[in-house]
Amino acid sequence: MKRCLASVSAMVLALCAAPAFAQLKATAQNVPEIRYTSVPNFLKLPAGEYLGESVAVATNSKGHIFVYHRSANTRLFEFDQNGNFVKEIGKGYYGFEFAHSVRVDAQDNIWTVDEGTNTVTKFSPEGKFLMVLGRRPPAVDGAVATPTGPNRPAQKYIFCRPTDVGFDPQGNIFVSDGYCNNRVVKFDKNGRFLAQAGSENPGKEPGQFNLPHGLQVDGQGNVWVADRTNFRYQVLDNDLKPKKIYDNLGVGWTVCVSPGPHQYVFASNSNPNGNAPGSWEITGEIYKMELDGTIIGRFGHASKEFGGFQVVHMMDCRNPNEIIVGEIESWRVQKLILQPMPAKTASAR
Amino acid sequence: MKRFVPPLIVAGFLAASPAAAQNGVPQIAFDSVANPLTLPDDIYLGEVGGVAANSKGDIFVYTRTGHPTASLGTARPFAHGGSRLFQFDRNGKFIREIGQGSYGFMFAQQVRIDPQDNIWIVDQMTGYVMKLDPGGRVQMLLGRKPEAIPVPAPAAGATAPAGRGLPGAGAQSDVFNRPTDVAWDAAGNIFVADGIGNARVAKFSSKGVFIKSWGSRGTEPGLFGTARAIAVDAQGNVYVADAGNKRIQVFDNNGTFKTQYTNVGTPTALCITPGPNQFLYSSNSNPPDDIDVAGEIYKMKLDGTIVGRFGRAGKLPKEFGTVNAIDCRSENNLLVGEIGNMRVQKLALH
Repeated sequence: MKRCLASVSAMVLALCAAPAFAQLKATAQNVPEIRYTSVPNFLKLPAGEYLGESVAVATNSKGHIFVYHRSANTRLFEFDQNGNFVKEIGKGYYGFEFAHSVRVDAQDNIWTVDEGTNTVTKFSPEGKFLMVLGRRPPAVDGAVATPTGPNRPAQKYIFCRPTDVGFDPQGNIFVSDGYCNNRVVKFDKNGRFLAQAGSENPGKEPGQFNLPHGLQVDGQGNVWVADRTNFRYQVLDNDLKPKKIYDNLGVGWTVCVSPGPHQYVFASNSNPNGNAPGSWEITGEIYKMELDGTIIGRFGHASKEFGGFQVVHMMDCRNPNEIIVGEIESWRVQKLILQPMPAKTASAR
Repeated sequence: MKRFVPPLIVAGFLAASPAAAQNGVPQIAFDSVANPLTLPDDIYLGEVGGVAANSKGDIFVYTRTGHPTASLGTARPFAHGGSRLFQFDRNGKFIREIGQGSYGFMFAQQVRIDPQDNIWIVDQMTGYVMKLDPGGRVQMLLGRKPEAIPVPAPAAGATAPAGRGLPGAGAQSDVFNRPTDVAWDAAGNIFVADGIGNARVAKFSSKGVFIKSWGSRGTEPGLFGTARAIAVDAQGNVYVADAGNKRIQVFDNNGTFKTQYTNVGTPTALCITPGPNQFLYSSNSNPPDDIDVAGEIYKMKLDGTIVGRFGRAGKLPKEFGTVNAIDCRSENNLLVGEIGNMRVQKLALH
């Protein structure tokens, strides 16, 4: 946590760590451990190519994997289902500056959310530009000063460091927005504004947000929001009215809802950025649950080693037994094979 | 591509625009031609500042794409890149990129093609008006790029220093401050709309010698809120899109105010057709932050009589996202470049 990192003394650091992390620890009790293995050498990059912070990962219906990552420039890579590099999409595209999310819709269109350019972009399955929401701040206005005061009022069609995008069965578009707005916005499939929940201001009430950081929509059209700094997940109905809150899963970093008739929700209590003492002990795990909030199990732990997680930033759960995770701090994408739940619990460690 | 669906039902489109009926302005039926440009896999258009065709029908697109960057570890922060110029053939097939890495390309504002097929570039951020020959070689430069970018950023509402520039209105010579457009009369004199930082029109000879400039910031006839676009008719009259004052101002060839048209919204892009019977197109472009207002394009006679209007703001084909450029070399086959939708549409008017 940044408020701890400001301290130079290890003693002070340790003192402030305990209360700050208390909120990060999930309160869910007696959660069964789901065993898993991480596929070795999953993504095979061409010589000379590297992933940067691998904040975003998604698959399409063919199993192709899209990784939207912070390299020297932010870039979008496509891999086949076996992890072989296929191509780069959006090379030099105006809407790429600082990756945050990539999602694939039911028609296999690829959507990117860029928090550097404040844009959400729809690409065809082949990677051709189709539509953009939001607008990149014009360079002609000069360097943008680091904001210090209150957030500027939220505008219908302008984002402020948006974080994620989701789609309901009708094709409506939902955007979590973001770091300097604190709202969820609903657009129709043609990009026209319909509604928003929250505002530019952070809030703790139901329907308010403090850093809505991840978003997905289930088959009933309910909107799941990872309400990160409120340490909770919120479920909104299709008109963005608050329905449920889950505050027992830790920090609420990112969320994934699997497709199909029986949907599951995956929620990550990602370890915080930085390596503050004690933080790894109480964070890093991912929860699997039913749409009604019943927790099925948990897996994973914070670690820099292969197989562990280092700030999971996004999950793909198209196959609920094969989870692909993108991690910020180890510049890594891992494919996890979840083992069937045994009668008794066992540790993945 | 999905965004170019077959022609929409025009009747439905008419019903969606009750404002036009109230104004008594006829709707012009039109279609958006599917796939006007075919881009290579590794090229993406950004915000389209300008689009124009030459006499062969080749299409030039000046677009804000790539990564505008500022260098660190330097005596002052220097800004680079951010815009590219592409050439396509009349069928939209990609031919080439022109001026890759050019010192003058940062924030694409406009491209125009003169009667000799020279390519003219207006860049809002470097402040250059550049004349390239049909082969893409630099022939003449008006203006100069600010050497470095100001940091810290100016406070909201402050006027950004413009390098060696002379901020404010009415500056003489070719020191531009966010210029927006260029046009020529039959004699080859050059008229620059300057623009957003300044609020004036500058006239140069065909050889680039400064002749005069007129206008400054204001609302009276002859003054400008912003000069967003410019066009010159066959008689040498100068039409300026004074977007800040929601009007088109018409001047004679020496800058004497003649008349103004105040019934076409916020004129943002202008084009005058060639030939003996000229028409003026003007876009009431929606602001980049809202697609629920404005967006339509007007077709007018040179005397200001409105012939009709078409389109509205939105993201679908036949909708417009902040039109910044209109090419009307062919009266009923237009090219429009959009900021908000980062695309070029080819329109067939019926």
